[in-house]
Amino acid sequence: MQSPILKITGLHKSFGDNEVLKGIDLSVNKGQLLFMIGPSGSGKSTLLRCCNRLEEPSAGTILVDGEDLTAPAADLNRIRQNIGMVFQHFNLYRHMSVLDNVSLALRKVQKLSKDQANERGLDALKRVGLLDKAKAFPDQLSGGQQQRVGIARSLALRPKVVLFDEPTSALDPELVGDVLKVMRELKDDGMTMVVVSHEMGFARAAADHVVFMDAGLIVEQGTPQQIFGAPTQPRTQAFLARMSEHSA
Amino acid sequence: MDLKALVFSFFNLEIAWEYLPDILKGMVVTVELGIVVAVTGLFFGMLLAVLRALQLKPVNFFIICFADIMRALPPLVVIMMLFFAFPYIQVSMSAFTATWIALSLVLAAFVEEICWAGIVSVPKGQSEAARSTGLNWLQSMLYVVLPQAVRLTVAPLTNRVIAITKSTALGSVVGLSEVLSNSQSAMSNSGNATPLMMGAIGCLIIFIPVVILGRWTETRFRWKQ
Repeated sequence: MQSPILKITGLHKSFGDNEVLKGIDLSVNKGQLLFMIGPSGSGKSTLLRCCNRLEEPSAGTILVDGEDLTAPAADLNRIRQNIGMVFQHFNLYRHMSVLDNVSLALRKVQKLSKDQANERGLDALKRVGLLDKAKAFPDQLSGGQQQRVGIARSLALRPKVVLFDEPTSALDPELVGDVLKVMRELKDDGMTMVVVSHEMGFARAAADHVVFMDAGLIVEQGTPQQIFGAPTQPRTQAFLARMSEHSA
Repeated sequence: MDLKALVFSFFNLEIAWEYLPDILKGMVVTVELGIVVAVTGLFFGMLLAVLRALQLKPVNFFIICFADIMRALPPLVVIMMLFFAFPYIQVSMSAFTATWIALSLVLAAFVEEICWAGIVSVPKGQSEAARSTGLNWLQSMLYVVLPQAVRLTVAPLTNRVIAITKSTALGSVVGLSEVLSNSQSAMSNSGNATPLMMGAIGCLIIFIPVVILGRWTETRFRWKQ
C-alpha cells in the first residue's frame, strides 16, 4: 500500500463561533483525482484552502507527501511549492505578462535563472495549449485562457498535488470545456488532483473518488458510480436531485 | 487702460535684472527643499503603509495616530514648532532643516494614507495566489501587491507631492530664503511688483515639469489591454 500524497486527519476550522469544518479525515493517493461536491457553505473551499494553509486550521493535521504542513515549524513556503492551487477567479497578476505570471515563483522562490525559469514557464504554457500567448497580458485573454494560465502557473512548480477551487464557475459556459479538457489531460498524465466543482459530467468521466460534504462533514464518499448512481445518504440524494433539476 | 504703468510696475526689466540673482538663489533653495521633502516623505509614507499591511495592532495604532494628526495639523504650525519650540529642549535646527522635517512628516502622513488605500484595493486573491506558489509575505508585497497598488496611487501621489513642494513657501516664516520669500523681500525693497512676477515664473519653471512627470507616470502605469 503506497502512502498517500495528501492525508488529512481530524481537521477542524472555525471562523469565530462558526465551525465550518467539523472533523475531516481524507486521503488522496498518487495520481488520484478526488472530486468534492456539496452545497455552498458546506466547507469544501475552506477545506481546500486549509490544504496549503491559506486558511489556518483550528485543529488537525495535514500531511503532504509525508511532510506535516500543520507543524508550527513547517517551512511553509517550501512545502507550498508541492501544492498547486487554481482559483475560482484565476488571480493572475495583471501587471505581468503571461510568462512572467507563470515563472515568477520559479525565479524568486526556486531561484532559477531567468532563462531556466522562462524555459520551464513555456513548458507549462505548452501543456495548457497557450504557448502563443506567453507575451500577452491577462486582460487580453478570455476567462478560459486566463484559467489555463492559472493552471500553468501551478504546474510550473512541478507540484505533487494540484488543488482546484471551483475552477470553472466564473467562466462563461462555452469556455468551460477548454479548461476541463486541460484538467482531463493532466489527470491522464498522472497528476494528483483535488477538485471542488459543480461540473458533475466531468466528475463522472474523470474522477476516481467523489466526496460529498455538507455542513462541515463528509457525508458520503465513493466511486463516481456509487455516488451518482446509488447514493445511500438522504442528503446526498437531495443534493444530486437539486443539481440535476438545474441542468435539466 | 494704462499699459505703460502696468509694465513699469510688474514687468520692469531694470528691476528684474537687479534682483535676478536673488530670485535664482531662491529657486535653487526651493528645488533642493522640494526634492528632499518629496524623497523623504514618499519613502517614509510608503514604509508606513507597508508596515501597516503587516496588521500588527500596536504598530497600526501608532501609524493611524501619526497619519491623522499630521494630516490635521497645519504644516505652518509644525514648521514653527520645530524651529521655535525645539530649541528649548536642546534641539536646534536651521530654517531649511525645520521646513524639511515638517513638510516630510506631513507628506509622509498623506502618502501613507494614499498607499494604504492602494494596497487595500488590490484584491486579496492576488497575494493569496502569490503565497500559494511559495512567495513569502515580503516577496508577494514587492512583486505582486505593490506594483498594482502603485498604479492607483500615481495620480493622488503626484498631486500631493506638488501641493507639499509648493508649501515650501511656508519656510519663509522661519526665515528660509526660498523663491517666494526672496521675491517678496525684493518687492518690498524695490517698491515694485516685478520680482513677484519673477517668483511666479520661477515657480512655473520648477513645477510644470513635475506636473508633466506626473502625467507621464500615469500613462506609463496604465494596464496593458
